[in-house]
Amino acid sequence: MKKLFLWLLILGGLSSLRGTAAGPNAAYDLESFAKLPVVFNGRHQPVDSLGRNSLIQIRHRYGLYDAKEKREVPAAEWVAEVMMRPEVADDRKAFRLDHPDLISLLKLPGKDESRGEDGKHYSWNQLAPGFKEIEDQARRILSEKKDASQRNAFEQDLLKLRNALTLYLRLKNTVHPQDTTNFTEELAAFEQAIPGGVAAAREQQVGRSYNTNDLERLLRFASRYDVIKEMEPPLIIPPAPTKTAEDWQRSGDVLLNHLRGEPLPEALTSWAAISTAFRTGNPTEFNSAVARYQQQLAANPVVAPDRAKASREVFFNRMAPFYNTMPLYVGAFLLACFYWFNFAEWARKTAWWMVMVAFVIHTIGLIFRMWLEGRPPVTNLYSSAIFIGWGSVGLGLILEKFWRNGIGLVVGSSLGFVTLIIAHNLALGGDTLQMLQAVLDTNFWLATHVVIVTLGYASTYVAGFLAIIYIVRGVFTKGLDEATGKSLARMVYGIVCFGTLFSFVGTVLGGIWADQSWGRFWGWDPKENGALIIVLWNALILHARWGGLVRERGLMNLAIVGNIVTSWSWFGTNMLGIGLHSYGFMSGAFLWLGGFILSQLALVALGSLPFEYWRSHQARKTGSGPRPPGARPSRTPEAVAA
Amino acid sequence: MSAVATDPTPAARGSAAPPPAPARAWWRPLLDFFSSLRLTVVLLALSIVVVFFGTLAQTEDGLYVAQEKYFQSLFAVWSPHTPGWQWLKIPLPGGYLLGILLLINLLAAHATRFKFTWKKSGIFLTHFGIILLLIGQLTTDLFSRESRMRFAEGEFRNYTEDFHSTELAVLTDTTDPTLEQAVVFPESRLQSGAELKHNSLPFTLRIVEYFPNSDPEVLADPASATNFTGIGRRFAFSPIPVTRAMDSKNVPSSVVEAVGPDGKVLGRWFLSAWAGDADMANVLFVSWMRSFQKQGDGSPFVRARRLVDDITTPQTVEIGGKSYTLVLRPERYYQPFSLDLLKVTHEKYQGTDTPKNFQSRVRIDNPGTGEKREVDIYMNNPLRYDGLTFFQHQMDSSPMNLDGRPVTVFQVVRNPTWLTPYLGTLVVGAGLMVQFSIHLFCFIRKRTA
Repeated sequence: MKKLFLWLLILGGLSSLRGTAAGPNAAYDLESFAKLPVVFNGRHQPVDSLGRNSLIQIRHRYGLYDAKEKREVPAAEWVAEVMMRPEVADDRKAFRLDHPDLISLLKLPGKDESRGEDGKHYSWNQLAPGFKEIEDQARRILSEKKDASQRNAFEQDLLKLRNALTLYLRLKNTVHPQDTTNFTEELAAFEQAIPGGVAAAREQQVGRSYNTNDLERLLRFASRYDVIKEMEPPLIIPPAPTKTAEDWQRSGDVLLNHLRGEPLPEALTSWAAISTAFRTGNPTEFNSAVARYQQQLAANPVVAPDRAKASREVFFNRMAPFYNTMPLYVGAFLLACFYWFNFAEWARKTAWWMVMVAFVIHTIGLIFRMWLEGRPPVTNLYSSAIFIGWGSVGLGLILEKFWRNGIGLVVGSSLGFVTLIIAHNLALGGDTLQMLQAVLDTNFWLATHVVIVTLGYASTYVAGFLAIIYIVRGVFTKGLDEATGKSLARMVYGIVCFGTLFSFVGTVLGGIWADQSWGRFWGWDPKENGALIIVLWNALILHARWGGLVRERGLMNLAIVGNIVTSWSWFGTNMLGIGLHSYGFMSGAFLWLGGFILSQLALVALGSLPFEYWRSHQARKTGSGPRPPGARPSRTPEAVAA
Repeated sequence: MSAVATDPTPAARGSAAPPPAPARAWWRPLLDFFSSLRLTVVLLALSIVVVFFGTLAQTEDGLYVAQEKYFQSLFAVWSPHTPGWQWLKIPLPGGYLLGILLLINLLAAHATRFKFTWKKSGIFLTHFGIILLLIGQLTTDLFSRESRMRFAEGEFRNYTEDFHSTELAVLTDTTDPTLEQAVVFPESRLQSGAELKHNSLPFTLRIVEYFPNSDPEVLADPASATNFTGIGRRFAFSPIPVTRAMDSKNVPSSVVEAVGPDGKVLGRWFLSAWAGDADMANVLFVSWMRSFQKQGDGSPFVRARRLVDDITTPQTVEIGGKSYTLVLRPERYYQPFSLDLLKVTHEKYQGTDTPKNFQSRVRIDNPGTGEKREVDIYMNNPLRYDGLTFFQHQMDSSPMNLDGRPVTVFQVVRNPTWLTPYLGTLVVGAGLMVQFSIHLFCFIRKRTA
């Protein structure tokens, strides 16, 4: 058993060390480049994250698979190409299009393996002929359907594509205008043009004759830099040591300021050297330029925190703790299910250790994320999924510690896996570490209200999943004997108590937060109401149980409905914001939510089947076994109090 | 242990027939009904249903209306807005009805079924806290009052303004800008045909017409409105349906006549909150400027500004050598202290429009107590003073006054029972904690035994 466990650990470790195959850029020190700090969307981040968060928005992946080169292009390499070697990047199939109407509108090739077309991913150059069409359509949609809820799937996808193209364009003009071929030379030419151009401008102002060529040459530069500044690309020029950490600038800003007599920052020259070396294919020069720039940054105390945070974040990105625990959860789930069939203790033990290891990685990831952000664990929908998963796994482990029957493991690992999948999909929205709106900018309430209410969600799900195990095992297998049934009922009851406490306290703390921020303790807004419904539902389960209105099986059915209630509160209320009557509502996440609710209702129906259809019940009857659950009053003191 | 351990037999709980005791008082079954756990479960289920439909209704009705219809009512009817489904009508109990029934249920249960034991102390605490919360929500609905304070950097205010109601003020003395003397008529008296009199006014105001909500219009041909004195010569206001949506405001207008003591009509004025409410005048300015811009006007700012100056020109009744200014404005609540707005800070995240911080530094000046101090009000850090709480209100925009000074808006709440939910939460939290800890200890003891 121990040997097997060891092997599994080694395999798990190997799977997380997925190296990148050597591509044409292997000689470039892109790992150091990835750690350079920049500012985008108000957030200080490494170039690596800039690339990852852009790619996830436009391609729904953190990397880009290039079929021609037969390798995964990492995000940092891709963003380096977009910024500094756009002629290569423009040919990479970085844009993901899902709607068939959009693909046909833009006359894009369909799936054709022989020509390297997968029918989903397209390059900037392939899309370019359709830009005018996209812009015309987008303008029509935006003016006719101001409310996002009125837009159908095609229109939403079109606007998404337009946003992706805009983002790409901004990235392309980050360091210098996209058509620059040698930025170092361009800078030199710009410097040369200034004295003559400025003199000519002065002459022109006072109405004397001036050198038109000089003036026009300078104006050409000025308008180039003005254009890229207006695109609002990422801020790559760090503040001077005399300024504050909030004084980052765009390259367009400093170039235009240079016209007004301000000196060009050293950082811009360094970026020019990096870009020129990358563009001209000189890895040695590129590596030393990046190293030189890193040294410059090291000498600047104002950017020291940014630099430190950037390397931490790159480490976090590489570690991908949440992504990498997923296989462990799946493995543990399968093993624990296997245990139920033959009760081999080694399977349960192995599953236990796998969940343990996954839980430790999950925890480290959470703590690392908190350290990176300087915030409590839950700051957005994405992190709430991560945290619900973490809480569920923790509860599952506690249950397993007490009962040692594999149930806690199955619940913990399945919820851990499912919530991480949800988190992964939520990450498609972009940066998962994004800055918070002013009203949310309070660590105290994020740490209390949000964390506690999220634990309430987690425990309600755990209770629901325990109930699913009860019903599935009871109806389809002979595995649900009376003892197991009873222990499941106790678990569900205990977890529901726990869930009531957490959801109540969490919800009311939210009310207090609202009272603190806008003077209304309870405003009946959808999210609050969703949380209230969870509290009411848990209270209902407890009272129904105490009143003897439900017994073991009824408790299970109610707990499964708890899954619906919690999902509604978690996601459903967010969808309300975009309107119920809309087409948009019918797409994507809503379908998943609807499907989930239907599946839970089906389980409740299954759970309501008369006992003669339950296999476990048949087994109990034919054997000399004890009577089935629910067939006798379960309101013995023991059963109720457990 | 069980929460219903006091139940003598399972039969007494459920639908089973009551024992054939002949000496039962007539109110006994009623009490049994109201104290039953079955009723609790039904009420909880109904509450869930109401909260759910009340939430759905918000997508169409807006938060404010849905709240009144479903939560602050005894009965409600939900109907979908989807075309073809409007025939579907679901009757529901309202929030107040459910709250009251839950309260009765809880009290009745404690009066009959519950006996205090330490093992049940948690349940007692929890239920007591719930009672506090229910009562707290009710008193908040009944007694709390929300208003706003909007002013620009450098200004001071000793009053707050109601977002939902209007008043007609006659300013009797405007010589001292820091001290206003006025006769004020509340909105309830502003009805078409009403006559407004007051001892200190040498004239009667006759409400010719009153529109609870109105739209402004710039007259193309001012000569057509010669029967008006004041802004009525340049602008007209037409009635539009009253809005009840959250955060949208009714802007009333009114045609009034002043009648002298001799019965002579002194003039006819168009009064409007579009002019009397600084907030609305700002809205007008922005929309006029945009429309001038669209028309390709060379100086939209100047033209819009001129129009706003016109519409906000004071309208006065001259009689007996004195002048009286008429204003239709949001209802004011005067306070015994004033706030000076010293500085407004609005920070954004670098290179974005995402707001990072809104902050206002004010000086409290209370002549009654001689108190004078400066304080910062920002998100999640309100000022509680003299029974009022001031919250930084704007969340996503940084409005400016017409003269370019930054403006701050405070949400001002007077809620005498604001502490009850805090107390209730504490008590319920403690109660649940105690109860579940007792369960857990029993459970662990049993397992380890």
